Amino acid sequence: MTETTRKIGVSRRTLLKGTAGLAGLAAGSGAITGFPYVKSADAKVLRYLGTAVNEGDDIAKQCLKDTGIKIEYITATTDDVTKRVMTQPNSFDVLDTEYFSLKKLVPSGNILALDAKKIKEFNNITPVFTKGETPGGKKIGGQGTAPWKVLYLEGKDSKKFATSATDFVTLIPTVYNADTLGIRPDLIKRPISSWSELLNPEFKGKASILNIPSIGIMDAAMVVEASGKYKYADKGNMTKEEIDLTMKVMTEAKKAGQFRAFWKDFNESVNLMASGETVIQSMWSPAVTKVRSMGIPCTFQPLKEGYRSWASGFCVSKGVSGAKLDWAYEFVNWFLSGYAGAYLNRQGYYSAVLSTAKAHMEPYEWAYWMEGKPAEKDIKAPDGSLLEKAGAVRDGGSYEDRMGGVACWNAVMDENDYMVRKWNEFIAA
Amino acid sequence: MSEEVLQQVTPGLIPGSGTARAAKPTRLSASFISWLQAGPMMLVFLAFFLIPLVFVVIVSFWDYNEYQLLPAFSGRGYTDTFEGCIAQLPDLCTIGKTYLMTLKLCFMVWAITLFVGFWVAYFLAFHVKSKTWQMGLSLLCTIPFWTSNVIRMIAWIPLLGRNGLVNSGLMKTGLINHPVEWLLFSEFSVVLALVHLFTFFMVVPIFNSMVRIDKSLIEAAYDAGATGFQTLVNVIIPLAKPGIVIGSIFVITIVMGDFITIGVMGGQQIAAAGKIIETRVNALQFPAAAANAVILLAITFLIITMMSRIVDIKKEL
Repeated sequence: MTETTRKIGVSRRTLLKGTAGLAGLAAGSGAITGFPYVKSADAKVLRYLGTAVNEGDDIAKQCLKDTGIKIEYITATTDDVTKRVMTQPNSFDVLDTEYFSLKKLVPSGNILALDAKKIKEFNNITPVFTKGETPGGKKIGGQGTAPWKVLYLEGKDSKKFATSATDFVTLIPTVYNADTLGIRPDLIKRPISSWSELLNPEFKGKASILNIPSIGIMDAAMVVEASGKYKYADKGNMTKEEIDLTMKVMTEAKKAGQFRAFWKDFNESVNLMASGETVIQSMWSPAVTKVRSMGIPCTFQPLKEGYRSWASGFCVSKGVSGAKLDWAYEFVNWFLSGYAGAYLNRQGYYSAVLSTAKAHMEPYEWAYWMEGKPAEKDIKAPDGSLLEKAGAVRDGGSYEDRMGGVACWNAVMDENDYMVRKWNEFIAA
Repeated sequence: MSEEVLQQVTPGLIPGSGTARAAKPTRLSASFISWLQAGPMMLVFLAFFLIPLVFVVIVSFWDYNEYQLLPAFSGRGYTDTFEGCIAQLPDLCTIGKTYLMTLKLCFMVWAITLFVGFWVAYFLAFHVKSKTWQMGLSLLCTIPFWTSNVIRMIAWIPLLGRNGLVNSGLMKTGLINHPVEWLLFSEFSVVLALVHLFTFFMVVPIFNSMVRIDKSLIEAAYDAGATGFQTLVNVIIPLAKPGIVIGSIFVITIVMGDFITIGVMGGQQIAAAGKIIETRVNALQFPAAAANAVILLAITFLIITMMSRIVDIKKEL
């Protein structure tokens, strides 16, 4: 996903631990019994392929404690997760990926939809996913690959997305967020309220966007639309002419020296912003928090045109059946039961089942993260480090305001191939 | 690389002494032993280079859709790559611009590493007398490899960035009023980083050629009345040529395929042949990526062929 390297430290660590643990298990059992597979067949082990967002040592530990299921993380970037599903579908059990990859994953037949009836909290999943509106009833922008467009399949082995609710769910929702521009208020020194500011010559040589073509072009489209140059029918599914137009605007800006650098991973975006190389750029919420925790002012600026959102969820490999499939359901049910949701909420993401997450959070935490109220006490990250001092208010405010302000969703376009070629042209210009 | 070449060129020399003593009843033929020696490397090459390469070429002629390879003959990977190359004339198409930029960077890096590397090697070979010091000093050249690309990226910002050491130093001395922007995320910074990384690959082979120059040749030139410059041009450079060519091949092949350093130091805004391949692979467009890889290989191969035309490495070694 876009989220790939948000927590590269964590992911690398968990990956190493996972592999070491696996090697240890194999070696240990082999030495004692002489039948290495006997023991691994008894232990409930799930190989979990995903990006770093949902993964955490604490989540895996708690899961083992509550359910006896041992999670082995296989961490990769969004692109690599998709590649792995296509080329090695038997190398994982549970898949955690973004909704926009479904346009590639579902036709490949390498993933298995889950049965909604077996998900205890399915009916409590936020209406953001099922109806495209917030719990308060605000309609959410549906441009791009909005989750509710690809949530259901027509049948168990169908490769077609259903237009109304069925029991066959492509991805059981887990986590999502609304992304916008990050700014350095101390260097800009004036209010910023529109995406069009990204191409404002005032910030020449101090702007940046994401160098992931499918997402970068959507940020670009937000800018084009905000500056009144063009109104897209669907920013997440442009025609060739629209792609040409968007890239032309961006190419002109690039040639004029608007961009300092494009970034691709979490740390790059943090460094660019923290060092003052850029003052305005597309960004991810935890990256803004990271810059701020370094003592440098940084705002995840809400903009009047709205947010670009993303969402991810769980499914399983087509190779999973029998007992393993039962564990997979057990794991997904556990994931939605609150501990993991609260963990994600405390990082600035949103959990799919709000009620269970709320039960696992302190009221002051819930008020800060979800209701947009000033923090009553210091706000801490899941690892205990200080994120915000008492009195701070979350950028963008409440869940209703932030998710209700979503304009479009990460997407794969029908003209993806053409878009990628145009993106290379843009880089070469 | 030079070692392999050596082994293949001089198969008879190595077994000579060993076999004479040991092999009374079944005398292994010299050619069999040389096959044994070259065999492991050959197998590795076959399994991990030649066979995959054949697959790359095959896949480059396949078709694809959003989620799979379609094993039917298609030139789409190539035609898409050269899209607009005729229609956009006299403007360059994407691939043209990309290769022009890659070649430009390649040439600059090659010229600078050659110049710097030649003099470092010269210093090591002719001015440093002790073998230990020669070894120690050439190991110093490997220091840039002790860090990863990520560290380097983080390290360059405080040095070359807008608020970095160089800029603040220049501002304090009053040479400039505003920070200089082209120090970082520019062609300058890309070339700087590549030179800093790869001069080592020039130093080692040139040094290797230079230490093998018979000192009496230089004395003879001096006795015959040649100036220092004449000795350099007529004696040292011609004899160091194999090292120069091998070093050049290293540097050119690495820079032609590089996209990580160019990406990191160029702020992802500078096109590179390798970058196109990466973007295509990430979009699951494998045949298009393979086609670009074949094109890159062909161009690099062409450059190397031209260079080995200038100097016959086998003969010179």
